[in-house]
Amino acid sequence: MNKTKGTIIGINGNMISVEFDGNIIQNEVGYAITGEDRLKSEVVKISGNIAYMQVFEITKGLKVGDKVEFSGEMLSVQLGPGILGMVYDGLQNPLNELAELHGFFLKRGVILDALDFKREWEFTPVAKKGDTVQAAGELGTVPEGIFEHKIFVPFQLQGDYKITSIAEKGKYKVTDTIATIENEKGEKQKLTMYFDWPVKLPIEFYRDKLVPKEPLVTQTRIIDTFFPVAKGGTYCIPGPFGAGKTVLQQVTSRFAEADIVIIAACGERAGEVVETLREFPEITDPRTGKSLMERTIIICNTSSMPVAAREASVYTAATLGEYYRQMGLNVLLLADSTSRWAQAMRELSGRLEEIPGEEAFPAYLESRIAQFYERAGLVEFEDGSFGSLTIGGTVSPAGGNFEEPVTQSTLKVVGAFHGLSRDRSNARRYPAIHPLDSWSKYNSMIDDKPIQYARDILRKGNDVHQMMLVVGEEGTSIEDFTIYLKSEFLDNVYLQQNSFDSVDGATSPERQKYIFNYVYNVLAKSFNLKEKDEARNFFNKLRQLFIDWNYTDMKDAAFKKQEAKITQLIEETSDNAEGV
Amino acid sequence: MQKVYNKIISVTGNVITVKAEGIANEELAEISTSRGKSLAQVIKLDHDIVSLQVFAGSQGIATNDEVRFLGNPMRVTFSDDMIGRIFNGSGIPRDKGPALTENLIEIAGPSVNPAKRIIPRNMIRTNIPMIDLFNSLVVSQKLPIFSVSGEPYNELLARIALQAEVDMIVLGGIGLKYDQYMYFKNTLEEGGALSRSIFFIHTASDPIVEGLMVPDLCLAVAEKFALNGKNVLVLLTDMTNFADALKEIAITMEQVPSNRGYPGDLYSQLASRYEKAVDFDDAGSVTVLAATTMPGDDVTHPVPDNTGYITEGQFYLRNGRIEPFGSLSRLKQQVNDKTRDDHRAIMDGLIQLYAQYNETEEKRAMGFRMSEWDKKLLKYGKLFESNMMDLSVNISLEDALDKGWEILAECFTPEETRMKTDLINKFWPKSEKNKTKNAGK
Repeated sequence: MNKTKGTIIGINGNMISVEFDGNIIQNEVGYAITGEDRLKSEVVKISGNIAYMQVFEITKGLKVGDKVEFSGEMLSVQLGPGILGMVYDGLQNPLNELAELHGFFLKRGVILDALDFKREWEFTPVAKKGDTVQAAGELGTVPEGIFEHKIFVPFQLQGDYKITSIAEKGKYKVTDTIATIENEKGEKQKLTMYFDWPVKLPIEFYRDKLVPKEPLVTQTRIIDTFFPVAKGGTYCIPGPFGAGKTVLQQVTSRFAEADIVIIAACGERAGEVVETLREFPEITDPRTGKSLMERTIIICNTSSMPVAAREASVYTAATLGEYYRQMGLNVLLLADSTSRWAQAMRELSGRLEEIPGEEAFPAYLESRIAQFYERAGLVEFEDGSFGSLTIGGTVSPAGGNFEEPVTQSTLKVVGAFHGLSRDRSNARRYPAIHPLDSWSKYNSMIDDKPIQYARDILRKGNDVHQMMLVVGEEGTSIEDFTIYLKSEFLDNVYLQQNSFDSVDGATSPERQKYIFNYVYNVLAKSFNLKEKDEARNFFNKLRQLFIDWNYTDMKDAAFKKQEAKITQLIEETSDNAEGV
Repeated sequence: MQKVYNKIISVTGNVITVKAEGIANEELAEISTSRGKSLAQVIKLDHDIVSLQVFAGSQGIATNDEVRFLGNPMRVTFSDDMIGRIFNGSGIPRDKGPALTENLIEIAGPSVNPAKRIIPRNMIRTNIPMIDLFNSLVVSQKLPIFSVSGEPYNELLARIALQAEVDMIVLGGIGLKYDQYMYFKNTLEEGGALSRSIFFIHTASDPIVEGLMVPDLCLAVAEKFALNGKNVLVLLTDMTNFADALKEIAITMEQVPSNRGYPGDLYSQLASRYEKAVDFDDAGSVTVLAATTMPGDDVTHPVPDNTGYITEGQFYLRNGRIEPFGSLSRLKQQVNDKTRDDHRAIMDGLIQLYAQYNETEEKRAMGFRMSEWDKKLLKYGKLFESNMMDLSVNISLEDALDKGWEILAECFTPEETRMKTDLINKFWPKSEKNKTKNAGK
């Protein structure tokens, strides 16, 4: 096929307009050629014989009249073994390999293969010669980290193919031919262990998409108990700067009970990614005994990297997530921050001179956000196995005000909302998820009734607190005051969690169930407290004991000892006549 | 291959257009007008229509003025000869020294590969307790000073410049008042720091567009020195003026504004500057401190808001003091465990007590009766403000920690401070301890 060629006729920031001859595809990749550099670009709008393209690099030095070569392919990623543990930019350029070649800086126009073409993998065939296969059919497996990485028939093949040969068990590179196939028309294809797939097309080779049910444990108590996330579900974390969005994402990426975690650092600080980059290889995943990095993929397109690549980065991350989901794994994608992605869309939209919507975001902002979150899901494959992709995105609303287009569009499509509050973070109440504003449509691992009861206490406690600000403590009845103290107690010992502590930082589901039940009993108990000072002292003491309990490993003998101490204190003060 | 044109098609704001061919994006041009020569930069190309932003402003440009394209993007000289010199927003000397034209480097170069970054590890001591003790400044950090106009943020920057343990200082003034510029110059000269400083100064009376280049010039030079092993501190004042210059150009170019007239790419524009802060593994570093004035003391204004999402914390300057509550150094945890055992405990302890003091102060103002404890807190609050928060306090971190213990001992018994017992045994001032106990009885 003859590749289409074009000539630049206009440059506006990272957008170029290109006059072309022949045919091109929407979202096709082209290369703008300036001197030695080939700048990767993507077609975003076609009008007559003019293509508008966003350039994934700095456009400094480009000229009107410079040539553009179209590739005939949509913007794609390489799918195959060797993605786990990698650090990519938004276009799947491996950053460590780039650093080895070009040192400190990201040199313009350098594109490397995402997969290591020299590495050999131990291939075990699953399909046999003579089998009929379709796209996404399984040819065999290679071990990758702790998983069996399935080698698929490339997703873009159409119709039935017969396997005419398949490689025997042994070591192969991803570029080696491992199978040959032929269709009814006699068209032959050689298959390798990798193939390309366009990032903006969802991978949908499953029998059914199901409603997410099973919780995805994050080991953060306020999330798992009150605002749970489901495997295959979606959630968002909006919050002003400094409220702890990124710390929460980092904690989740470390402790979440997912098979694979993909971190998409989209337009945020490079420094934050560095911590993950340097620390994850050193941390052992308690569930597998291997380095945490082996289950992690980092897509890193930080704020100073080209904006257009930032727009692509969330799609790259979603595509990799869907690819591993196809192997029957539970994948968690954490996107930080989706606002930066939306801003990248806004910049592009402005350059295309589209009619702007609210705050100059494009009119299609909502549908793009919806499409992105819709790529999550719990799916059942033809063979009856399941896989899931969960997406959690942070939102950075301007001025911390949730009434802005990105937050609002996101809230419409996600299954859980973890709203971070400036007040809570100022009061050092971490994680700063607001317990009254947040919500989740997924089922908690704990029964609904006690949770509703606890939330009720929080709501009432908040009301009492507001009232006390006006009338002072003196004007508050002891009953109301006790409710306020109970809500503070729940907040202090259960909702707040010290993510830097080795024990308190991650609370297993068993522990959460156990502790929550205990907290619930305290909330439901009626205490023999007559004076406010007495009540305050009691709850202060109780809180101190409880926090110490939170820092104690459940397996330690000290755990039961501490529990006994707490129980004793409660017994001494409880009102036996009305006890629960 | 310089191309000369003398037909200017349009002049809108500070943007002009000419018909020209073979011009590169972001290329520089020189415009000769009756007022003299000015640089201009290509910001948009549409067929043969070239839009340029004119650094000196468009006043007095005639339609037949000469536009000479230079065939290169904005560059700046880089050499040791720059040290001690003062340049303007186009990189031309402002002082009386010779022009430097050797060894030109491009500004606004590519960003650092995140995989080559390292976790920050070194503290920069400034001898300002509110920074060193409570919100330590860290090598490679990017940190703004949020304040309203009129606060002494430039005085603070100048003091940090004088006292910070760095090899070099690059000062970028954007819309700087002339007297503030002289203040920086004189202060650094008197303090003997001018000989390790480079100034890029755009004053309030200079054309606004020229200020756009200042951060890039500063950071390009700083980055080069850092690659040569120098630890460089870049001071930018005031970044709100920079954002306003961006706004002006964007509106002139008829871009759709996103929020209060600012362009949609404000975040990316600011980030590409701030993210130049870096610690090179086996070379030097760039640390960025920037003043950001908040119009109307409103932190949700687009400039401080976008800045806060980019930088690694912020210092709030209010009533001439660094506010202990809103201020935050996100990187302090990386360094404040390596200074002295009691650093973190004193940091948290003093702040918690100061928060309690504020509550008590409110109660007092409302006329509530003060308990013994309240009185102690009031005494503590006053001492804390005068010995720690006052910007004139100039002591090392260790002295500040000792001072912290002294204040505690003067006001409280050891138990009341909620400090860990082992720290109290080690650091509590021995003589004061008895005094307070007796006084309490």
